[in-house]
Amino acid sequence: MLDIDTISRPGLGPISLRVANGECVAITGASGSGKSLLLRAIADLDPNSGEVRSQSGARSAIPAPEWRRKVAYLPAESGWWADTVAQHFETPEKVDLATLGLAPDAMAWQVARLSSGERQRLAFLRMLSRQPEVLLLDEPTAPLDADNTALFEQRLHRCLARGTSIILVTHDPAQAKRLANRHLVLADGQLTEAAHG
Amino acid sequence: MDNYIALSYVDIALASVFLLLNGALSLWLRLGVARSLAFAAARMVVQLLLVGLLLKSLFAIQSPWLTLLVALFMAGFAAREIWARQNRRLRGWKGLAIGGGAMGASVGVVVLMALVVLVQPAPWWSPRYALPLLGMIMGNAMTGISLALDTLHTALTREQRAIEAQLLLGANKWEAMRPFLRQAMRAGFMPSINGMAAIGVVSLPGMMTGQILSGVDPNEAVKYQLVVMFLIAGATGLSVILATLGSARALSDERHRLRLDRLGKAKQGG
Repeated sequence: MLDIDTISRPGLGPISLRVANGECVAITGASGSGKSLLLRAIADLDPNSGEVRSQSGARSAIPAPEWRRKVAYLPAESGWWADTVAQHFETPEKVDLATLGLAPDAMAWQVARLSSGERQRLAFLRMLSRQPEVLLLDEPTAPLDADNTALFEQRLHRCLARGTSIILVTHDPAQAKRLANRHLVLADGQLTEAAHG
Repeated sequence: MDNYIALSYVDIALASVFLLLNGALSLWLRLGVARSLAFAAARMVVQLLLVGLLLKSLFAIQSPWLTLLVALFMAGFAAREIWARQNRRLRGWKGLAIGGGAMGASVGVVVLMALVVLVQPAPWWSPRYALPLLGMIMGNAMTGISLALDTLHTALTREQRAIEAQLLLGANKWEAMRPFLRQAMRAGFMPSINGMAAIGVVSLPGMMTGQILSGVDPNEAVKYQLVVMFLIAGATGLSVILATLGSARALSDERHRLRLDRLGKAKQGG
């Protein structure tokens, strides 16, 4: 569950939105309409006002690092701070690489030689290994081919079946239809229902 | 001081002959540095002659307040220099205050201890001892801090994505910034470490050479130099650590966000 209560930042909002357990809300909108800024604000990565609640409680009452483990944001371009993939995981041996079509030895790879699609899938697995309650996904399948996109969406369906709430920013209306229960459009800093939800 | 050889202004003019030769070569080879060479040399002559006059009258007047005033002026100039040498700086008053404050605090403590406990001139604030010590120690701390802050601000900007990736996975701000804090502190420590390692073999330090030239026993000159080097390295290290932590604190907030919006634009690309 995610309950966004009038959050705003310069150029955005106030926005209120409720995402139930196991629900996926898709957000589309023109480039520069503030989709990423909205996700960053929910994750409390930039200064913003308003309140957000999850199962674990109100954001303002939870230390920020703990909030970000529960309400996990996957940026469109992932960040890496060590040389090999495994160094970015707490328990590399427990990660299920095959479900996203990654080679079994991917943990030993150098980050510098990853393709953008590999980066994206590994960053997603890295995030899932922290067992988040809510996923904030920013164009997660943009660098993936059709086969890997299908695997990625299967994995998201499994998360939804387990009760995870998802906000999915996407450019692809078909993907919004495949995954989301609701489809919203962000324009002029406000969310509205899409014409063909 | 009985075997001290005084120099005349003619000697100084003769010493500048090689610099004039450089200027001529620069013109001939069209290096384009003749103007700046001449300007820098002229500036040096004026500044040093003025500071000589100033020190001479300060030593004669022997006023603690005037000594303090000159010390504060030097500190203010150094703080501005730290600020000016960073490619990206903190916006607002903190841009000047964090570097200047870190330098003032550590250099202040170290110089006070040097005067009161080590050298013990009478009176303890005697400008003949206080100002040269302050100048040498502060000059090195200034270089260390500006290197550290420049490194820190560049690294945080360049590695924003990596730092935020760690924040998003539940790291706190200090965990996420740690490698870049280390990198910045190392950069600030490097000049002191290199300086101590090369001293005596590659370079004879200016202060020691000056003392030897003015007739002091080399053993005594070495002792002074060792004291000064320890003080320099100590004060520089302290001020580098303080400034780095202070600036990292200012560039993050209580909700463990990286606040690069508090950093100004880069002076040059990159």
